[in-house]
Parts: sequence; structure tokens; C-alpha cells
Amino acid sequence: MKKHFRLKPRAEQKVIQILLYMMTSVAILVLIFILAVILKNGLPQLSLEFLTTNPAHMGREGGIFSTIVTTIYLTFIALLVATPLGVGTAIYLTEYTSERVVTRIIRFGAECLAGIPSIIFGLFGFILFVNKLKFGWSILSGGLTLAFMVLPTIIRTSEEAIKSVPAAYRLASYSLGSTRWQTVTKVVLPSAAPGIATGVVLSIGRSIGETAAVIFTAGSALHLPSSIFSSGRTMSVHFYILAREGISMPKAYGTAAVLVIAILMINIITYYLMGKYISRTSPE
Amino acid sequence: MRDTAIQVVNFSHFYGQQQSLKNLNLVIYRREILGIIGPARSGKSTFLTCLNRLNDLVPGSRVSGNILIDGQDIYQPEVEVAALRRQLGMVFATPVPLPMSIYDNVVFGPKLQGQTNRGELDRLVEDCLEKAGLWAEVKDRLKISALKLSGGQQQRLCLARVLALKPEYILLDEPTSGLDPISTMKIEDTLRLLKKDYTIILVTNNTKQAARVADRTAFFLMGELVEVNETGIIFTRPSDKRTENYIEGRFG
Repeated sequence: MKKHFRLKPRAEQKVIQILLYMMTSVAILVLIFILAVILKNGLPQLSLEFLTTNPAHMGREGGIFSTIVTTIYLTFIALLVATPLGVGTAIYLTEYTSERVVTRIIRFGAECLAGIPSIIFGLFGFILFVNKLKFGWSILSGGLTLAFMVLPTIIRTSEEAIKSVPAAYRLASYSLGSTRWQTVTKVVLPSAAPGIATGVVLSIGRSIGETAAVIFTAGSALHLPSSIFSSGRTMSVHFYILAREGISMPKAYGTAAVLVIAILMINIITYYLMGKYISRTSPE
Repeated sequence: MRDTAIQVVNFSHFYGQQQSLKNLNLVIYRREILGIIGPARSGKSTFLTCLNRLNDLVPGSRVSGNILIDGQDIYQPEVEVAALRRQLGMVFATPVPLPMSIYDNVVFGPKLQGQTNRGELDRLVEDCLEKAGLWAEVKDRLKISALKLSGGQQQRLCLARVLALKPEYILLDEPTSGLDPISTMKIEDTLRLLKKDYTIILVTNNTKQAARVADRTAFFLMGELVEVNETGIIFTRPSDKRTENYIEGRFG
């Protein structure tokens, strides 16, 4: 009797396939839903004026120009610091040491760093950069904090990218009389560049979207930053304050729309560039 | 008296505890093609990578005894390894073009040396590709990725890249093992031409290849040099029974 209820293998396959398809759909649907809500409420707010004028009356009026500038500054500083540090660490771990206890500890440390909540980074940045080093609430404090936050991502992706460079390339390079450093710079890094770029892009996305780590370190001043020691408000902090304090939901949605579109565009452009780069350096 | 180029004296090599080369004694003459034959794991390739010290990169690699190249013991601490490797250019079993253009592959070595004069580099590229027998096929597309070439073309490119180093010696590690007969023939023709300017050491799994191109042939077995002699003698009346067995295909 029991046997009677068993599905035929082919039907079973079909059920599993449909089930997995539905699971995948949920992920995509969530993304579409978020995009739809934000764009529906935000797009009507967008105009050239919104992008190019500074906020007025706490953000109730005007645009978001200063927050865009602050976001770009912060992200730029974060990447300027984190990329060389992260790629350097990855080069050291893969090319300059063999696998042993020390490298495992470094890697484990980086992994742990990746798991720390961003608000803790904010607190750390506040204690170290804002207070101890007396950078105050500033673009510099915020940028450095973000740098440490994205560092593990850059280390991890760079390491994977460098490891995936065929060992034969290194051997060929050494056999042509290159030193270790020449092999790294002329052969390994160019081949690993698309992978490294992926990590950098992920980090740009995280930096732009980060709120908790920034609000403690860069502050929330609305004026246009005049130096790396000025305080400033990023787009995501601006959104948070507008929505949290009930200042203006339309402006909040407008800001969110700019954020989302910016991140989408960065991703699309990078994948396009990477595609071109890869086609130039590999067959077909 | 023939001119001695490389002298190997009581040379042994180890990977960790395992001995891969056992007390080799061998002389290589200038401007000859020395073929090295032997079954898999006989130490042929290891011997080549000991000559240009590429083996240094393998963890646990260790040597004893001496290799004298042009009278210089290459395992002395004062030897600059990068310069040594330029002297002994190497072509690997599988072609390894670097992921860049044909042109950039050829000038890779010279550029590392700081050579930047465009005109000189252009001439060098033409000269080396010509010598490697590839110029006619690629002269109109030097800027395309080297990875787009066929396997045989890639291997000749690797040879051209080695020639651009202006080496004294060319080490070939089963250079035609992955190639079709026509590509193999082209490489062998090139080697015969190169012999007048270079000392060539050719490791091959294909005993017939050694018979075709080598002046002298050495037979390696289990890390030992069984015998070395004029190719004609090795293939007609070898002095060791094991050589005869191998050549006649009774093992290996």
C-alpha cells in the first residue's frame, strides 16, 4: 500500500525542480519588490536640481548635493587606504609565505574582522580616529573606519583572485629571469585584476551604503565638506535621519533612489569593463 | 678536444627525503644538442630545472655536488639566479604563453632588463620569431593575445621568447609532447638550425625524437645516468642492457 504513494523518479525530479525554482524566485522577487518601492516613491523626486543643490531646512527643502559629495569623498578615502593594504596583504599571504600557522592566523583574523557588525566599527572609529587621534567627526575619520570595514573583503577576494592565476605563469615568468616582485607585478597582478576589481566594487557598494559606521565617525553636518577634516553627511546617513526624524519622507525616498541607482550603475559598468578586460587577455 | 660548456660533478637532488637524482657525472659540450631520454620519473625534467635553478621554487628541494656552467659553480651564494635563468632559457612541456600579446610575450624578458628602445625591440621580435619559425604566420597580428594561437604556434612563441633573452643554453622539457606531427617537425627543424649558435639540452619522452635531432644522447633511469654517448652509438650498440631494453620498448 505504502509503495503505491511513492512518486516516480521522473515526477520526483520535477517536484524538486519546481521547489528549487520557487526558492530562487523568492530571492529575485524580494530584490524586485525593494527596487519597485524605492523607485516608485523616489523617482518622482529626482531632478537635476535635486542632485545639484544643497539641502535646506534640515533636508526638508532643496537637494542632496553635499551628501553626494561627502559619500564620494568617504568612499574614495576608504578605497584609497583599503585597496593597497588589502592587495598587499593578499600578495604577502599567497606569494611571499608558504602556508603555515602564521598565515592561517592572519587569514582567520581577517575572516573575523569581516564578521564584526558595522556599528562596532563605528564605535572603534569613534574611539580611535575621532577621539584618540583627534581627527574629530570628519571625512578622514569616516573614510579610515570604512577602510577597515571593507579590508577583509578586499583581502579575501584578492587572495582568491591571485590563487587562481595558473602556477605555470609564475614558472614561465621566473624562467625568463624575473624576480619575485617582477613576477607579481608583471604577471600575477594583471591576471588577477578582474578578481581584485570585483572585491573593490563590492567594497564601493558597501561603503556607499554604510550608515552605522559612518554616523559615529563622519558626523552628520549638512554643509559641503571643505577639507578631509570637515564633518559631513553621507547619502545613507541623510536618508536615515530624514526618515527617522520624520523630516521628509519624499526627500528620503529620493535619496534612497539615488543610492540604489548609483550602486546598480557601478556594478553594471564594472562588469562591462571586466568583460572587456577578460576578453582581451584570454582566448575566444 | 671539444669545448666543455657544462660540467656536472657528483650531483644529487632531493625532494624532502626522496632522492630524485643520484650522483650524476656528465659533461655537456658547447653547440651540441644533448638528448635526454628515459621513462617517467627518471629525473630528466628535474635535471633541467636544476640547471636553471627553477627547482629552488619547490619547497623541500635540496642539492649536493656541483654543476659548473662556463666554469662557474651555479649553486654558490654569489650567483644571481635571475641572470642564470636568462643564460639558460627554458621551454616547458605544455606551451605557456603569458596572457598578453604575441609581441609582449617576446619582449617580456628584455623589458625586465630595462630595454625600452622601441626600434630595437621591434627588430628583436622579428629576429626571434623568424628564428623560431613563426614570423611568417604572425607578422600581421603581433598585437593579438598569444592565447589565441594554436598549440604548436604557442610552443614556437615560447621558443622565440627564450631566444629574446639571448641565452647561451636552451633547455627543452618535452617540448613537443602535446603537439601534432607537423608542429613537432617544425620545432625539430628549428632546433637543428639553432644548434650553430646555442647549446641545447632536449628532454624527450619520444626516443625517436632524440635519434632524429640529438648529437649525443643520455639515458636516465630512476634518477641515475645509465649512460651517455653519441646518439648513433646509443641507438645501435648501447653498452648497458637497460638502455637497450628501453630503446627497444621493453619497458617504460
